[in-house]
Amino acid sequence: MTRWREAAIPLALAAAVLAVPLVVKNPYHLNVAILVLVWTTLGAAWNIVGGYAGQLSLGHAAFFGIGAYSLALTAHYWGWSPWAGMAMAVAVSVPLAAAIGAITFRLRGPYFVLGTLALAEVLRLVVLAWRDLTYGAAGIMVPEIFPGLSRAPYYYFIALAAIAAVGTTWWMERSGFGYYLTAIREDQETAESIGVNAAWYKNLALMISAAFTALTGAFYASHLMFIEPDIVLSEPVSVQMAVVAIIGGRGTVLGPLVGALLLVLASEIFRAQFQQAHLLIYGLLLMLTILFMPGGVLGEIQHRLRLRAAPRPVIGTTFSSSHESSGQREVG
Amino acid sequence: MQPLLEVWNLSKQFGGLHAVRNVSFSVREGEVVSIIGPNGAGKTTVFNLISGFLQPTAGEVIFRGQVVSRLKPHQRARLGLGRTFQIVRPFSGLTILENVMVGAFLHTRSPAVAREEAMQILRFVGLEHRAHQFPGSLTLAGRKRLEVARALATRPRLILLDEVVAGLNPTEAEEMIRLLRRLSELGVSAVAGVEHVMRVVLRLSDRVVVLHHGEKIAEGPPEAVVRDPVVIAAYLGGEVTAGA
Ligand SMILES: Nc1ncnc2c1ncn2[C@@H]1O[C@H](COP(=O)(O)OP(=O)(O)OP(=O)(O)O)[C@@H](O)[C@H]1O
Ligand SMILES: [Mg+2]
Repeated sequence: MTRWREAAIPLALAAAVLAVPLVVKNPYHLNVAILVLVWTTLGAAWNIVGGYAGQLSLGHAAFFGIGAYSLALTAHYWGWSPWAGMAMAVAVSVPLAAAIGAITFRLRGPYFVLGTLALAEVLRLVVLAWRDLTYGAAGIMVPEIFPGLSRAPYYYFIALAAIAAVGTTWWMERSGFGYYLTAIREDQETAESIGVNAAWYKNLALMISAAFTALTGAFYASHLMFIEPDIVLSEPVSVQMAVVAIIGGRGTVLGPLVGALLLVLASEIFRAQFQQAHLLIYGLLLMLTILFMPGGVLGEIQHRLRLRAAPRPVIGTTFSSSHESSGQREVG
Repeated sequence: MQPLLEVWNLSKQFGGLHAVRNVSFSVREGEVVSIIGPNGAGKTTVFNLISGFLQPTAGEVIFRGQVVSRLKPHQRARLGLGRTFQIVRPFSGLTILENVMVGAFLHTRSPAVAREEAMQILRFVGLEHRAHQFPGSLTLAGRKRLEVARALATRPRLILLDEVVAGLNPTEAEEMIRLLRRLSELGVSAVAGVEHVMRVVLRLSDRVVVLHHGEKIAEGPPEAVVRDPVVIAAYLGGEVTAGA
């Protein structure tokens, strides 16, 4: 009963997202909507490890690029269908995430952020240099998952992916796993003292995150029909994933959707005027968020609601003074 | 019967400093043992060695008949070894109830069950009416209770309490001691670290272990230990001589 009520709003939202192509027929607008959902999925994926588990990644382009190139290369060399390429994307990125996690999550300090940063950069350089395999900077054509003129199938696909990613976060927030990630983010040692295997849960979060990122990378490649390292393996991809989640609200379920809407719409509006303006826009939005809403747009709203819901302390002391102490109080 | 916890010749060196040297003691089922000693005596280090946050330079820790010296902290917690921290460490972004729920997830996957159990434990420590507030709204005494509650939620067999009464006023300290005396209701044994020899605190313990400069200088029932000249000398900062 309460379960259904709890799920009512998310289900309604999912239905609304799926209904968009029924209303939006203009291909340009549909493409913008696809972009919003691409970044929602990516932001949600980043949010699982960067928001909930508090492990800052600046190299998620690695998983995105692996997704894109998995689809492109398996199709190009082995004639695989894009669907098989997508499966490959997940199958390659998850073990890689597990390896990176296993190495960096044991250590204390900035090893994870450095590790992810290095991973993405190394992959970019390898893809650039290994021209015989990847065609390097020249890029490579990617087959379409949904041949045909209509963009609607692409929309439905990425909408389902976004719903799956955001839905995973929604479920996570209500499960022990979500509580564990939050506890790890807040204070890892304390979490360990109450039995939380922090290294393992951080790694699990990273693997789930990598799977969604790689899937989206493969989708995006097929949607663009052409990829090159500087599009899918570049630092801006990593940064924008983080920015989407941070502006929307780290560690909130719908934060990535809010962040993606803000960023994609802002850059679409300004791109017409100034070429590189979107970079400026990110910078400005990020600065404004950090200055005025450190928890992100949704984070800030939720925080205020929660404070309002929690009754203010009635008395200053911790527990009632109804049972006065009667024993001795000598301090030796 | 085998003791719940056995510590054999535990030593820890930080560079040239012997923070803990050759300390042995044991805790039986149902007991409350206090580890006392002046500032810097090595109490926190002993707790960190037992709970796995530090690796001993030498010695063994045996818990429930199993050598746990090489296990990670979370593995020891799983075996039923709980702890609190001297400097309280609440998850400040979670409500008081949620803080305790995180502990309860050690033995259930259901959030509903975890919430129910956390609520019971909050009742046990007297924080139930603060359940939906954030730890930041608690006084130090309240935060210490929360620390105990979170550890209790894991259903430990033994709980290591690092300075549970330090910084509390006499009334608060008295309430905390009353709470700890009731741990046996839950079948939980305890080791309490205490900086000062407080009579109220000694009432808490069945047995007392005294540390000084990292070494065990006395052990026994509380009444005997507080009268022990060696112990008194250690607290007065004088030279420790057996006949003093
Ligand atoms: N990580 C560390 N590195 C170096 N020295 C340490 C470390 N931890 C503790 N020490 C030193 O080891 C000795 C014992 O410290 P410990 O914190 O165990 O004492 P304590 O009895 O808990 O004291 P307190 O009353 O201050 O809590 C002290 O001299 C302390 O400075
Ligand atoms: Mg200490």
